[in-house]
Amino acid sequence: MSKAGLKIIVCIKQVPAVQDIKIDPITHTLIRESMPSMLNPWDEIGVEEGIRLREKYGGEVTVITMGPMQAKEAILRCLAMGADRGIIISDKALAGSDTIATAYALYMQIKKMEYDLIICGKISTDSETGHIGPHLAELLNIPQICYVKKVDLDIEKRRIIAHKEADGGIEIVEAPLPALMTTTIGLNEPRLPTLKGIISSKRKEVKVVTAKDLGGSLSNYGLRGSPTFVDEVFEPPSRKPEMIFQGDPKEAVEKIVQVLLNKKLISSRS
Amino acid sequence: MLERSEEIPNHKGIWVFTEQIDGKLKNVGLELLGAGRKIADKLGEELVAVLLGHDVNGLVKDLGAYGADKVILVEHELLKQFTVDAYTKVLAELSIKHKPSVFFIGGTLNGRELAPRLAARLNTGITSDCVDFDINSDGHLIHVKPFGKLMAKIICKTRPQMATAKPNVFKKLEPNWDRRAKIVREEVKINPEDIRTKILGRVEANKNPYGSIEDADVIVAVGKGLCSKENLKLIQELADLLGASVACTRPTVDRGWLPSSQQVGQSGKTVSPKLYIAIGISGAMYHTVGMKNSDIIIAINKDPKAPIFQIATYGVVGDLFKILPLLIDRLKKEVKEVKLRITAKDTQKRIN
Ligand SMILES: Cc1cc2nc3c(=O)[nH]c(=O)nc-3n(C[C@H](O)[C@H](O)[C@H](O)COP(=O)(O)OP(=O)(O)OC[C@H]3O[C@@H](n4cnc5c(N)ncnc54)[C@H](O)[C@@H]3O)c2cc1C
Ligand SMILES: Nc1ncnc2c1ncn2[C@@H]1O[C@H](COP(=O)(O)O)[C@@H](O)[C@H]1O
Repeated sequence: MSKAGLKIIVCIKQVPAVQDIKIDPITHTLIRESMPSMLNPWDEIGVEEGIRLREKYGGEVTVITMGPMQAKEAILRCLAMGADRGIIISDKALAGSDTIATAYALYMQIKKMEYDLIICGKISTDSETGHIGPHLAELLNIPQICYVKKVDLDIEKRRIIAHKEADGGIEIVEAPLPALMTTTIGLNEPRLPTLKGIISSKRKEVKVVTAKDLGGSLSNYGLRGSPTFVDEVFEPPSRKPEMIFQGDPKEAVEKIVQVLLNKKLISSRS
Repeated sequence: MLERSEEIPNHKGIWVFTEQIDGKLKNVGLELLGAGRKIADKLGEELVAVLLGHDVNGLVKDLGAYGADKVILVEHELLKQFTVDAYTKVLAELSIKHKPSVFFIGGTLNGRELAPRLAARLNTGITSDCVDFDINSDGHLIHVKPFGKLMAKIICKTRPQMATAKPNVFKKLEPNWDRRAKIVREEVKINPEDIRTKILGRVEANKNPYGSIEDADVIVAVGKGLCSKENLKLIQELADLLGASVACTRPTVDRGWLPSSQQVGQSGKTVSPKLYIAIGISGAMYHTVGMKNSDIIIAINKDPKAPIFQIATYGVVGDLFKILPLLIDRLKKEVKEVKLRITAKDTQKRIN
């Protein structure tokens, strides 16, 4: 840890705020431009946790995203909440990235930076893979703790101690810093930006990084650098109902009970 | 970073990581053996279960019965408990040595931490939450998964082709206890220092008052149409009568009516019970991807245009606050009758 205190990086993503997401008919990727968007809710929790840890131990919170320039709005919201500075990795060459290529771009940027803790969301609401956190931890060769419900740091011993969701309960785990953690809903209640926060966010630095700035071969980025691609999209097959009943509730109940009896679904367990 | 492997012909074998916790196999691993069996037969390749743990060789016969041709078994003290560091290390070394073409990992919490880390170490592609698999004319695996309101077919250019699936999406094969899998024991060096994220302890989860939805035969599911948390009483009463677990949509979780453990759908769980009763649920795609494989779906909704009626087996258009009290009364009577009838039949059987 440097003299300036903790260095925290929060990976954030701007996601569509509507459910009717549009898909490009040729590239089969999401059309993100000109869509109402918001900060991924799990990342909002990540930013909040980063700010709380900074308030407790001192230091600096940097938020970073890869996406179209429109995603700067999401960065500004984090700065208004209280993050110190932002980085947006934005370049046409990055379009069509799958999770491996996205994590690679984030890795190429983050490996040049100082960090003690990296925070990612458990998942993002549009791709919903939850891949980026573990991908990134692996590329940076640091330990990971996913699904964190409660977290603290032992600054002296340079360790993170966390309660995390596990199959069948909560696990208490510990890892050396630097480490990467992912958030769950319930870790905290994110604050709303204050007017003062919004005004001061305008003075904070937002660095724009291009694929060339990231370095390395351009063939590692975007669609070309992605091991997976969407080959085809199709309408899911629908299932035709056997019966729709509209009418008197008493008769409706009779129908339901008949179905349960016919299919031997009423259990004798009561 | 490992070189990406695009030498497709060098990779053979369909692998399934068959997770165990405390010596018990996770169902999703067996379900993926079912899915893997079809792919292995199509390609004429071996279906391999990969089993890690300590003192777990007793599980090998189960893996054979559920479809594995071969079990790669790694037993070590330090594999007794799942840690992402040790498990990634072992699976990566095995995969580099044996070069599988496909690697399936069940989407348990552990699996979802492990799979993407392993994919990055192997520098290969990974597709999450698949709901179907096939093989295309080039011999690539087709990964089918929900994509917005549509479905997508995803192809992976590198090997192994990694994929995760949620529990209850694929079906286990009927176990055949005469089938035996070949055992291949592998030695892998693991040191305590390899494990950076250490488990200090566990807090056991409280018993879930709404019942586990993953393995329930009957589910009573409720949506925003319920209007308030107080009305859950109605749902709980119906569920108790049917011996059902209670599930819900995302807005009901957002409103704090039910815990997220009960949420069904894209960002919740996938279920496939014998009966799913959807009450006050509109049937958004994000919800129905998690329940449309239920054997029978009964939907109760006051809006005849609700999309849930497009996938329901039986639909009832009406007000849940009128229907449920009547249904509950009727079931109270019926359940007693059914109970009597069953007991009578049982007695008859015994007499015969
Ligand atoms: C990325 C993403 C992921 C998502 N993941 C999930 C997920 O995992 N699970 C999930 O469920 N949703 C998920 N959603 C949300 C989903 O799109 C829908 O918004 C949600 O499923 C709707 O829930 P609902 O049916 O309870 O509410 P509504 O859509 O509001 O439907 C309520 C229904 O109740 C009916 N109703 C009202 N009053 C009565 C009455 N008195 N009697 C009978 N019927 C009545 C209404 O006609 C209406 O159809 C996700 C959304 C996004 C964007
Ligand atoms: N394009 C991106 N830029 C920065 N962080 C991202 C990006 N995509 C995903 N993440 C991070 O990874 C988490 C999980 O997202 P996903 O793997 O897309 O489900 C998110 O909550 C973010 O913290």
